[in-house]
Amino acid sequence: MGRYLIRRLLQFIPVFFGATLLIFIMVWAIPGDPIAALAGDRVLPEQVVQQIRDRYNLDDPLIVQYGKYMGGVFQGDFGEDFRGRPVTDLLGQRLPITVRLALLAFGFEVVLGIIAGILAGVRKGGFVDNLVLISTLVVIAIPIFVLGFLAQLLLGVRFGWFPVSGVQHGLYSYLLPAMVLGSVSLAYIARLTRTSLIENLRADYVRTATAKGLSRRRVVGIHTFRNSMIPVVTFLAIDLGSLMGGAIITETIFNIPGLGRAVFEGVQRQEGTVVVGIVTFLVLVYMMANLLVDVLYAVLDPRIRYE
Amino acid sequence: MATTLSRDAVAGRPVDPAAPLLVVEDLHVEFRIEAGTVRAVNGLSYTLRRGETVAILGESGSGKSVSAQAVMGIIDSPPGFVTGGSVRFRGVELLDLSEADRRRVRGDRIAMIFQDALTALNPVFPVGWQIAEMFRMHRGVPRKEAREKAIELMERVKIPSARTRAGSYPHEFSGGMRQRVMIAMALSLDPEILIADEPTTALDVTVQAQIMALLAELQQQTGMGLILITHDLGVVAEVADQVVVMYAGREVEKGPSLPVYHRPAHPYTLGLMDSLPRRDVHTERLRPIKGSPPDLLAIPPGCPFRPRCPYARDICAAEEPPLAAVTSEHVSACHFWEEVSRERAGA
Ligand SMILES: Nc1ncnc2c1ncn2[C@@H]1O[C@H](COP(=O)(O)OP(=O)(O)OP(=O)(O)O)[C@@H](O)[C@H]1O
Ligand code: SF4
Ligand SMILES: [Mg+2]
Repeated sequence: MGRYLIRRLLQFIPVFFGATLLIFIMVWAIPGDPIAALAGDRVLPEQVVQQIRDRYNLDDPLIVQYGKYMGGVFQGDFGEDFRGRPVTDLLGQRLPITVRLALLAFGFEVVLGIIAGILAGVRKGGFVDNLVLISTLVVIAIPIFVLGFLAQLLLGVRFGWFPVSGVQHGLYSYLLPAMVLGSVSLAYIARLTRTSLIENLRADYVRTATAKGLSRRRVVGIHTFRNSMIPVVTFLAIDLGSLMGGAIITETIFNIPGLGRAVFEGVQRQEGTVVVGIVTFLVLVYMMANLLVDVLYAVLDPRIRYE
Repeated sequence: MATTLSRDAVAGRPVDPAAPLLVVEDLHVEFRIEAGTVRAVNGLSYTLRRGETVAILGESGSGKSVSAQAVMGIIDSPPGFVTGGSVRFRGVELLDLSEADRRRVRGDRIAMIFQDALTALNPVFPVGWQIAEMFRMHRGVPRKEAREKAIELMERVKIPSARTRAGSYPHEFSGGMRQRVMIAMALSLDPEILIADEPTTALDVTVQAQIMALLAELQQQTGMGLILITHDLGVVAEVADQVVVMYAGREVEKGPSLPVYHRPAHPYTLGLMDSLPRRDVHTERLRPIKGSPPDLLAIPPGCPFRPRCPYARDICAAEEPPLAAVTSEHVSACHFWEEVSRERAGA
């Protein structure tokens, strides 16, 4: 296990540099002049422009910019935005909001997704099964921003069940955005759980459990469930990344001042440091979460040995 | 392995002291699938007595496992249904019991082990846990005590260093040891009947013999009845008291194992003798029976074995042969059983 962890941590290095370099190139490739965007209608004096260009190393070749930036990151300096505020401050302010949103979404999709998948799987072809299959298909087919606006319009504006935007109402404000954020993954988790359960119910060990005289509840809930969760957990690891990506859209729709919206605004303002800083941080979080899930995976399936 | 529970009742119903351990009578099982109705078992009957072994023999797909699953009450339903017959355990009709009552019999009074212990054991739970579950669920024994009992059982089936191995997972055992775990689990509540569905087919020859010896020893100790589903004719001759030969869901020959073995009265049994590997006789080469069993969705009229039978004549296509008495205990479903039984008469 120890050796495995070391190997995984070593693998982090190329992944980390690859991902951050890609982001750096993409931000750099955004058309337009960031300083002009910053200035808006005003015309900045040549001197000021040059000052800003120097401060953000904008005249260096891309790879040198990247090198200087990474050098800072390893000293805990994720750069500054164009107003001189450290990106780390921004992170500290926005991260808790996004974490709250993502955890809610994650809890929502995991709990409901697994329950829906089990109810569908135990009675394959039954009413609940069809209901789950059709509703999940609808959710998967509709793009998340359409779903987000629809939910906002119907549940927020029309029926007034949920706050329409912002985070003024505490945790309650996060509910609807979290449901939107988790909806697509919920659909996938439900379907994956269903398929996996149906497949496992046919397995020999299920017949053995039945032959042992165990109740159907125990056969499904204990014996089959644990085995059925193995592919679902694999999905959850990948899903952590899409939750972060989805947060950009969801936070923008619902006007939630989290990391996602910060990235969105950063892209709009062409503030390379903000975008790269936040994404670099997210890459780190994602890799750690992935490693954690992999370790959990071994707990779930004893046949997996990490060496 | 004495239990404190009364064994004079089955799910609350008093047993008939005069009745044999298990009487299966005219059992019919079918699977209703989209393509039609698969008649997997068509009129199977046998009697199992205390301490005895009934072997069920037949090619793949002949309905051996399905008939055992019907006795256990673990047929996939739907699509599978027991459509007729009777399964009486010590005189109590099992087919009349509610699912909850049947569950009390399963594992406790009648236990079953399967061909491939690797897939039959749950891969994600330690073997000791899986054995202990029997005590916990059927007897309400506390976790710790159940674990001790599981270790005792593992010792009883001769798994070395049982105490440490109890925490291991099925994939960490060899095939033979895994089957021992299955046996320990099946025997945990001291069942009166053990159904072994090809318990050694997945194992090496030497290990096969060890497992059969273990089963025989345990049967001797406990006096349980054994229903042994097997391909191995040598095993049948050695350990079985009775043998039932199945073909296309029917019993085609049945009787005490030695007469059936030494003087088969059905062409199919004769064919099996030449086609299946035997541990006792070193055959030069195996001659598989030509052709394949009929489609169970549409079994043609007459004798189901006719298309493959070297003895077949016109009458075989028209009339399904009834069970004819070869001796008072030995029966054969063949119009020409006398001719067939002369085949090995000299042997
Ligand atoms: N769940 C099921 N659904 C449909 N048909 C089934 C099902 N289970 C068994 N059958 C059918 O019942 C017939 C008898 O099967 P069974 O498993 O009893 O054969 P077997 O004699 O045990 O063969 P083997 O030696 O291969 O184990 C087969 O034709 C099979 O297709
Ligand atoms: S009845 Fe006819 S076809 Fe059937 S086994 Fe006997 S001889 Fe062969
Ligand atoms: Mg079988």
